Amino acid sequence: MQAFTQLNGLVAPLDRANVDTDAIIPKQFLKSIKRSGFGPNAFDEWRYLDQGEPGMDNSKRPLNPDFVLNQSRYQGASVLLTRENFGCGSSREHAPWALEDYGFKVIIASSFADIFFNNCFKNGMLPIVLSADIIDVLFNQVAVNPGYKLDVNLEAQTITTPTGESYAFEVDAFRKHCLLNGLDDIGLTMQHQDKIKAFELKHQQSQPWLFN
Amino acid sequence: MAKTLYDKLFDSHVVTEENGTALIYIDRHLVHEVTSPQAFEGLRLAGRKPWRISSIVATADHNTPTNGWDKGLSGIADPVARLQIETLSDNIREFGAKAYFPFMDARQGIVHVVGPEQGATLPGMTVVCGDSHTSTHGAFGALAHGIGTSEVEHVMATQCLVQKKSKTMHVVVNGTLGKGVTAKDVALAIIGKTGTAGGNGYAIEFAGSVIRNMSMEGRMTLCNMAIEAGARAGMVAVDDTTINYVKGRPFAPKAEQWDAAVAYWNTLHSDEGAQFDATVTLDAKDIQPQVTWGTSPEMVVGVDGKVPSLDLAKNDVQRGDWERAYAYMGLTPNTPINQISIDKVFIGSCTNSRIEDLRAAAAIAKGKHIAPNVKLALVVPGSGLVKAQAEQEGLDKIFTEAGFEWREPGCSMCLAMNADRLAPGERCASTSNRNFEGRQGQGGRTHLVSPEMAAAAAVAGHFVDVRDLS
Repeated sequence: MQAFTQLNGLVAPLDRANVDTDAIIPKQFLKSIKRSGFGPNAFDEWRYLDQGEPGMDNSKRPLNPDFVLNQSRYQGASVLLTRENFGCGSSREHAPWALEDYGFKVIIASSFADIFFNNCFKNGMLPIVLSADIIDVLFNQVAVNPGYKLDVNLEAQTITTPTGESYAFEVDAFRKHCLLNGLDDIGLTMQHQDKIKAFELKHQQSQPWLFN
Repeated sequence: MAKTLYDKLFDSHVVTEENGTALIYIDRHLVHEVTSPQAFEGLRLAGRKPWRISSIVATADHNTPTNGWDKGLSGIADPVARLQIETLSDNIREFGAKAYFPFMDARQGIVHVVGPEQGATLPGMTVVCGDSHTSTHGAFGALAHGIGTSEVEHVMATQCLVQKKSKTMHVVVNGTLGKGVTAKDVALAIIGKTGTAGGNGYAIEFAGSVIRNMSMEGRMTLCNMAIEAGARAGMVAVDDTTINYVKGRPFAPKAEQWDAAVAYWNTLHSDEGAQFDATVTLDAKDIQPQVTWGTSPEMVVGVDGKVPSLDLAKNDVQRGDWERAYAYMGLTPNTPINQISIDKVFIGSCTNSRIEDLRAAAAIAKGKHIAPNVKLALVVPGSGLVKAQAEQEGLDKIFTEAGFEWREPGCSMCLAMNADRLAPGERCASTSNRNFEGRQGQGGRTHLVSPEMAAAAAVAGHFVDVRDLS
């Protein structure tokens, strides 16, 4: 996994609550057996005016001029600013794959759905929870300041605005460690394989029917 | 100290724990074609093998067609979908599984219907699957939740998940449900109360006399929808209903193992005095048949209600969401629910495709016919075995005589990955679990309801109160 340490990134605002993973990457693209290449279809139904299908040349499709991410000022954004319960619904990891492939490394919201939140960390992305009040402030600042960038520092657990206001955020210590160092979860867990084997043996003795 | 059911299930699976982050051991790993190929590929690239093959039960469900089975695999018109289904078969052949029910197997079906049906889901288990509706299996007093594909690979490689303990929420529904009010209505009423983010960070235990009196099918419907309330896991304590359902199923323990298992399973309930981090209570008499009006399961009202007006929204963010929902759904505020006409009906999904659901819908459809404005009414059984059982009971005849189409099992139009979908602007009464924009087809408009309410809407051509029908 790619490490994440810090980022100074252009912010794109998606002013909706409860953005679900069906919206982030519609089902027809889940037929792929690869984990890359989903970026051009991120937010497909909102982003394009036609109906998207796998295998289309996305560069030739008509863009929806009303969709915020299509505005020229947000091209190249790597920070997505949004509202509560982002990533709700389906557990599809294709959602963070699509956002990451699109270019987002950081997502800031007042809350996230649990499975999506977890999936981000597995893909070198940092989901940040800030209070609804701070989110409001950031939305207002993005709206009036073209080229608005945030400085995100995982080590210090802060985001800093262009005018120097700094906001602290919480992150689980284990996830932070993995993200800062780009550590592979499976490799870390395998360091405990003796404990897993010992647990399994004991578990099998007490509930043998689980191992039939 | 008094423990909740969640505490008991979590604590009994902790392999090791450090600073609140635990490795928990996984007993059952359910696998389907959509969220597994990248995980198997990851194993292959790293030269890893599954830790315990006998934990894996696999089936194809999301992409599989619900008609044209006489043509076999070649009947799947979409080559990308076909490749994904074939890839699952190839991966299971290469890596192994305790059981695999491939496309068109007599026992194939929706993974959350198949697991319990086979006795592959047992009380006390930890159950995972790369699918958010894995919460369904919590109905058995199991700790069950959806995971992403990276975690699918992690569980395959290590038999463990990295987990932090969730907070606990006690959702208590007491009283007696009125006629025509089902587990689906209870689930939607709860989500209407908590909101779709209300359960974020929580594991929910459903309790109270309504849940005690519910069948396993009803409990599965309820736990299935826990994720729509934001909770990864929903669960119900073990009782005789649970044990009687499990008994005699193909993978259930037998003989002396059965007695030992039952003795253990009978301890799987929250202790008297156990503390929950949050409690939500509902009174059964306040719950009516529910209909969602918008694009999130929390946008829900009773069938005698109206599409809410903006002045009822709690803040500007919700006002914005509701305005978008009105536009997407083609509805105006204050429209009475029973005046909303429908174009299609879908009876199926991991929420409502079990035998009891089909019986309930058939009882409404019997001797009637779908309305002329209903272009298509699909009944998609949850598994091949549910289908066979329904046919044995003559339910298929009731449905087809009433103008419904009787299809082969699978996820079908719940998420519309296969050919079953809504066209833009079409409005559907659906027994599935998500009314998100585009969920049942781009531009499609979904209203979530119970099987009874879906069948009644099919017959009337618009939503009607199922309680008024007989």
